[in-house]
Amino acid sequence: MSLKRKAAAIGIGEVRPFREPGDETALSLMAKVSAEAIADAGLEKKDIDGVLNAVPFSDPAGFYPASFCEMIGIEPSMLDIVDIGGAIGTGMFWRAAAAIDAGMCNAVLCVGGDLNRPGEAPFPWISLEREFEWPYGYIAPTLGYAMIAKRHMHEYGTTSAQLAKIAVDQRTNALKNPLARFNDRPLTVDDVLNSRLLADPLHIYDIVSPQCGASAFIVVSPEIAKRSKHPPVWLLGAGESSDHSVISYAPSITTSCVKPAAEAAFKMAGLKPKDMHFVQPYDCFTITVLVALEDAGFIKKGQGGPFVMEHDLTYAGDLPCNTHGGQLSFGQAGFAGGMSHVTEGIRQLMGRGEGRQVKNASVGFVNGNGGVMSEQCSIILERQS
Amino acid sequence: MSEPQQANDRSGRPAGAFITEYSKPLPHPSPFSKPYWEAARAHEFKLQQCGKCGKFIYYPRPRCQHCLSDQLEWKKCSGRGTVYSYTVAHYAPTPAFKEIPFVLAIVDLEEGPRMTTNIVAPPDKIKIGMPVKVFFDDVTPECTLVKFEPA
Repeated sequence: MSLKRKAAAIGIGEVRPFREPGDETALSLMAKVSAEAIADAGLEKKDIDGVLNAVPFSDPAGFYPASFCEMIGIEPSMLDIVDIGGAIGTGMFWRAAAAIDAGMCNAVLCVGGDLNRPGEAPFPWISLEREFEWPYGYIAPTLGYAMIAKRHMHEYGTTSAQLAKIAVDQRTNALKNPLARFNDRPLTVDDVLNSRLLADPLHIYDIVSPQCGASAFIVVSPEIAKRSKHPPVWLLGAGESSDHSVISYAPSITTSCVKPAAEAAFKMAGLKPKDMHFVQPYDCFTITVLVALEDAGFIKKGQGGPFVMEHDLTYAGDLPCNTHGGQLSFGQAGFAGGMSHVTEGIRQLMGRGEGRQVKNASVGFVNGNGGVMSEQCSIILERQS
Repeated sequence: MSEPQQANDRSGRPAGAFITEYSKPLPHPSPFSKPYWEAARAHEFKLQQCGKCGKFIYYPRPRCQHCLSDQLEWKKCSGRGTVYSYTVAHYAPTPAFKEIPFVLAIVDLEEGPRMTTNIVAPPDKIKIGMPVKVFFDDVTPECTLVKFEPA
């Protein structure tokens, strides 16, 4: 069984992340990007027969997909939530393809939206974390990623300046993205190093900024894809993995389960990291990018620090990385944040990357990462020439 | 159980002042974790050991995560370990953690498992790989948290 070229993305919708919710809610943002994505795909609402939702932090609930579908008037033959944190976007793509391949539906709306603050109902964290992590102050993922960075530095000699270079190159990409939240001025390595040290060794510019926002994309059957107005972006491979939830209980905190996820995706695609024209790795923190690129096979393990100093990660560089700016510069809209890497991958392959278009991009790698390196889902996308 | 005025001053709290002031999250033990917290209250460090595969487990679980056996026994452990990684938090992740900086760490326990904990020591004295020993922090009359300090 393989999902290679069994489904393609043909439309996207996205809002520019923003700070103050005003009159927007997670649901209103999701409705907006859904309408945009359906129109962008050249479809009508009645054509959508599958829906995958991300449940927002700001409005957590069970029975989410049916409520969402009721609100926007869709009557699907496949509906579900994807609950793997920042891997939701990549996880939605293959689940949509699998449902289409299984004959359950033909056109799947994948959508997430969130606000940057809690809503009326608290998010239902599992009892295990409340009992064994929270009493020690391990409430924020920042502290977990800081411990990963600390250990990576200890094992491999990685430096704060090397991590900073990732944020700097991604900012260069964001300057060419009108949708990026932080696209008004460049960033330097010194800016990052001189910014507030939040959790040693991570500075505030190593860390995403919570924003309000939403993203959507439409995945369809080959039959519908053939009639698409945009070049269809095909799923070539997908892989998923998890080896812990809380980072303290991971087999290793410096080698992640990106490895099996990416290996499975490359195997299904029949391609290798060197064949990729760009990478869109989930970047809640700079260290996340470093570890993901090492474990996905783009960089030898432990060599991420020197590699990012010697290579250009901008859209014009030798390893274009997070061409939309990454969430570090694009902004992170809660559980919808990871979807921005998927929409950007689709955009680049459709040739809609505007001033940050990667030249001749026809195949790219997207990785979603949930929790603290807890859930990984890698996908490989292609524009057929 | 220690009286409030005997609160260990290494915890950073003024002695006798903590009963009304402690506002950080407290564990709500489950039926299978209750023995762990009861031991901590008695200043004993106990872990579950699997009667089938012999491995030690942290955090407390209903079944062994290595072999799924339910034959788990509570064993008194050494309370010794080494620092696997740590961070010094210079911000309060929630308002209750306003006493900053504080050290969050992952400790490799002598018996095998890793655990999330705090190291009670000046941040500049902490290093990856350093030996640590258990430190029982009586945060309320009902609850003792298992923390570590340099050995």
